[in-house]
Amino acid sequence: MSKRTDSNGYTMMFAVVMVFVVGSLLAFLASSLKPAIKENERIEKQQNILYAMGVNENDASNANFVSTKIAGAEFKKYIKKQLVLEVEGDKILRQQNRTEYMSENNNKEPYLIDVKKQQANAKDGKVRKLPLFVGEKEGKTFYVAPIRGKGLWDAIWGYVSMDENMVVQGAYFDHKGETPGLGANIKQRYFMDDFIGEHLMTDAGVFKGITVKKGNNDAVNEDKTDYEVDAIAGATITGDGVSAMIKKDLSLYVPYFKNLKK
Amino acid sequence: MGLLSKRDAALLTDPLADNNPITIQVLGICSALAITAELKASIVMAVSVLFVLGLGNVVISLMRNIIPSKIRIIVQLIVVATLVIIVDLVLKAFAYELSKTLSVFVGLIITNCIIMGRFEAFALGNGPWRAFLDGIGNAVGYGVILIAVGFFRELLGSGTLLGFKVLGDPIEKTGLYAIGYENNGFMLLSPMALIVVGILIWIQRSRNTSLIEEN
Repeated sequence: MSKRTDSNGYTMMFAVVMVFVVGSLLAFLASSLKPAIKENERIEKQQNILYAMGVNENDASNANFVSTKIAGAEFKKYIKKQLVLEVEGDKILRQQNRTEYMSENNNKEPYLIDVKKQQANAKDGKVRKLPLFVGEKEGKTFYVAPIRGKGLWDAIWGYVSMDENMVVQGAYFDHKGETPGLGANIKQRYFMDDFIGEHLMTDAGVFKGITVKKGNNDAVNEDKTDYEVDAIAGATITGDGVSAMIKKDLSLYVPYFKNLKK
Repeated sequence: MGLLSKRDAALLTDPLADNNPITIQVLGICSALAITAELKASIVMAVSVLFVLGLGNVVISLMRNIIPSKIRIIVQLIVVATLVIIVDLVLKAFAYELSKTLSVFVGLIITNCIIMGRFEAFALGNGPWRAFLDGIGNAVGYGVILIAVGFFRELLGSGTLLGFKVLGDPIEKTGLYAIGYENNGFMLLSPMALIVVGILIWIQRSRNTSLIEEN
């Protein structure tokens, strides 16, 4: 039994038309929704930074951002300075403030710096720009830095807020596609809150980072100077990714903090 | 079921029991083990598949007379991928919070063998209304198993349900933990999902012996 739809010509035609229709439909949708999506992502970055420095609407066990409506205003209120650093080894080559950076980069806000692009720049031997947000809340100063790395399936990233001694004051982690219930739990309160109070640097000034460790005998996380937090069961690789991005990205900021103390 | 004829009603009810996509046809196992460590993720996945399979079955059924048989699998894949991407984009623009929750499921939905299986086995040969009923029936059958597995894995693995500590606090040693109960960390790992599904299959077959194949 041969049908009209079995012929090669029809099959080719169908394939071409289908690709054309589906392709243009998706392209149209993607480009017409792009401004709205970009705006959502921009607000989310502000919410993430504010979350890390403790400006959030957390209840007993859930992580909640400040609402999208007030995020912009809160960001202006709490974030006093946005710095862009260029670091080589243990020397700061250049430090720009927000106005300097914006006049050089088409009025782009420093908090919109794409960490992924900057990491790629560093790999190509170009200068990596390191954004650092200085916030103030209730008389305390917070230094918030973005970090980015690899999880099990896809990218993971986050914001860590520190005091002038590089003691963690708050952390926010997020991921693109970690396993729900396992690796995806890095954005749960019980994991993120463990980082609060952890030291990143020894008193002598050696950068240690924080390792997400299995069986560290400190499940309640009382020891804040062991440079370790308890891992999530069943999410070893995601946890290792978190340790790695903290070590790699935050170590770049060490010269800045050492300068602060001088 | 006054609204539906007996044949149509069977499309809805068969996948719930004696023709369940997971326990009888053994389809959709990959997602059943990937995302059932938590009850909430199981529910989200079940609802997403309900939506995609119901709609996808109708679309494929409407196109069934013009799809060239040589490339029908590719066409099915494109239909389901397009549907999922459209939903994902629209959510990202208008319900960003929800899209963050769902984003990890997008890939899992596209590659779910139940969806491809129903397109191929049913929607290509039946009208849109029956295809819709078949899609809903199979998605619910899939969802029921997913939620059952998610329930046991979260309860026994983490001692929580939907994030609530129903068995007490393992660190503070309250509730069941006060008398020496421990969470079973193995429940959180993928192999246990298959073992739980296996136990469900066992229960189902011992209740309905006609399902057992003769050797």
